[in-house]
Amino acid sequence: MVVCDNIFYHMTIDLKTVKHISKLARISLDEKKAEKLATDMNSIFEFIEKLNELNTDNVEPLTSIAETTLRFRDDKITSENIREKILKNSPEKNDDFFVVPKVVE
Amino acid sequence: MSEITSLTLYELIKNIKEKKISSNEAAKSFIDRAEKSKKINVYVTENFENCLKLSKEFDDKPNFDLKLPGIPIAVKDLFCTNEVRTTAGSNILNNFVPTYESTVTQNIWNEGGILLGKLNCDEFAMGSSNETSFFGNVQNPIAEDLVPGGSSGGSSAALAANLTPVTIGTDTGGSIRQPASFTGTVGLKPTYGSCSRYGIVAFASSLDQAGPMSKDVKDSSILLEVISSFDKKDSTSIDFKRNNYSSELTRNIKGLKIGIPKEYRVDGMPEEIEKLWKKGIEYAKDCGAEIIDISLPHTSYALPTYYIVAPAEASSNLARYDGVKYGLRSSGKNLIDMYEKTRSEGFGEEVKRRVMIGTYVLSSGYYDAYYLKAQKVRQLIKQDFDQAYNKVDAILTPSTPSSAFKIGEKSNDPVSMYLNDIFTVPVNLAGLPGISIPAGVDKNNYPLGLQIIGKPFDEQTVLNIAYSMEEKINYKNNITDWWMK
Repeated sequence: MVVCDNIFYHMTIDLKTVKHISKLARISLDEKKAEKLATDMNSIFEFIEKLNELNTDNVEPLTSIAETTLRFRDDKITSENIREKILKNSPEKNDDFFVVPKVVE
Repeated sequence: MSEITSLTLYELIKNIKEKKISSNEAAKSFIDRAEKSKKINVYVTENFENCLKLSKEFDDKPNFDLKLPGIPIAVKDLFCTNEVRTTAGSNILNNFVPTYESTVTQNIWNEGGILLGKLNCDEFAMGSSNETSFFGNVQNPIAEDLVPGGSSGGSSAALAANLTPVTIGTDTGGSIRQPASFTGTVGLKPTYGSCSRYGIVAFASSLDQAGPMSKDVKDSSILLEVISSFDKKDSTSIDFKRNNYSSELTRNIKGLKIGIPKEYRVDGMPEEIEKLWKKGIEYAKDCGAEIIDISLPHTSYALPTYYIVAPAEASSNLARYDGVKYGLRSSGKNLIDMYEKTRSEGFGEEVKRRVMIGTYVLSSGYYDAYYLKAQKVRQLIKQDFDQAYNKVDAILTPSTPSSAFKIGEKSNDPVSMYLNDIFTVPVNLAGLPGISIPAGVDKNNYPLGLQIIGKPFDEQTVLNIAYSMEEKINYKNNITDWWMK
């Protein structure tokens, strides 16, 4: 990405970038899939580049379409005890705990 | 009397209230037909036994004051249903059984509706053809090997095939209106904040909205009345006075001003779409509306904006699928490896593509150039509509740039697939209500839809215009039940 005079030009997303993004996204990719994704992402970003035609210097970003202020609520427990039901969905459990691969040696 | 399954929701309610049909008979009819309709692949999870049981219970102790008295209804598998598997069309949620109910479905059950089953959809609602579902393609009842649209493709197909009297979908960029257009049915995306997002598997939270899909406009008004509600559990739910959409439905639209945006005349738009639009303008005039040319200058920037905003939000929403508390888990040599393998095996290609795009546009150094830029352009798109609504009450456009395409035709070209949503995406970006109604056919006799876009919270005007035009258009689907032969 090169920024000059407020216009940026998209540079090709290379294989290295795709692999870096896949690490950030926690999705493992083999070489073939990474290449295919690089091609797809480049064609999508080529299409997205159209936005560069517009000058948006003095435009407020629109973050939420619903102009509401967040509501407060009382800090009360509303759900019943559904521990067992929730644990039922877990891929691996041990008594009342979710089990994950060892994190600390 | 015609077959139970071909009745509109309104007719079915009337028959049930007059005790000409029992809830159990209705449930049986829809289930029998579903058993003969496996080929179109609308169901991910059937709830047939339970539906029969509940319909019997309704008949034993009927309450005809309810708005959906004992009506069996199938819903998109993006709505969490308590103790009924909810997959969002994804392998990663293949075995997920929610412990809670979405507000929208709860509203339906509170008014007497009974769950028939969960309908197929594009994975996490990302798609325009239902081809990204882990549970396979859905066939469009209009013709064999035709896509039913997406992402609410199971919903539109089930409706067109008379497998449910009405249904609900979700619409992030066109996922209710485009499949409605492809199947000759009606689909309404309400104003952002009308229907609660609580319990809907999240895709892009600033755009997602649930809405009714039906055989005609009146049925959509009945269902909208049930599902639209203020909900404290959704922080963007809006507390506004909702109309009694069905009883306030009127064909008197005389003097309403309808805008025709010149920017929707896109390059390469097929002549038959242009013709349909012109015909629609004539129908609107016949109904007494005044036609006014308007401009929505930033229309062509809507899709590029959407393909930054939606994947960005999706990449953060989908970060929760890590194989720890629920869903699929693949084994890995350590925690990170487990996450990476789970997400690689659990997500399909389109979902991975969008998570990758979203991660990229939000990553360090690119945020301003992409995400912030897109939010600014989104503001301009919204302002276009704000200005147009100083002059007009509603806007009339085609729903899609083409009719339904063949299965496999666009699945290798993401950008050409995305172009399908060119007329529907701006409406989500601006948070407006929009409806698609069937308005004609193309050279292959495949249905084509017209879209009516309204002011925020003015679903009533959108419905009224659609209701008036529907009568003039007098569209009838010609479904031959080819999948049963």
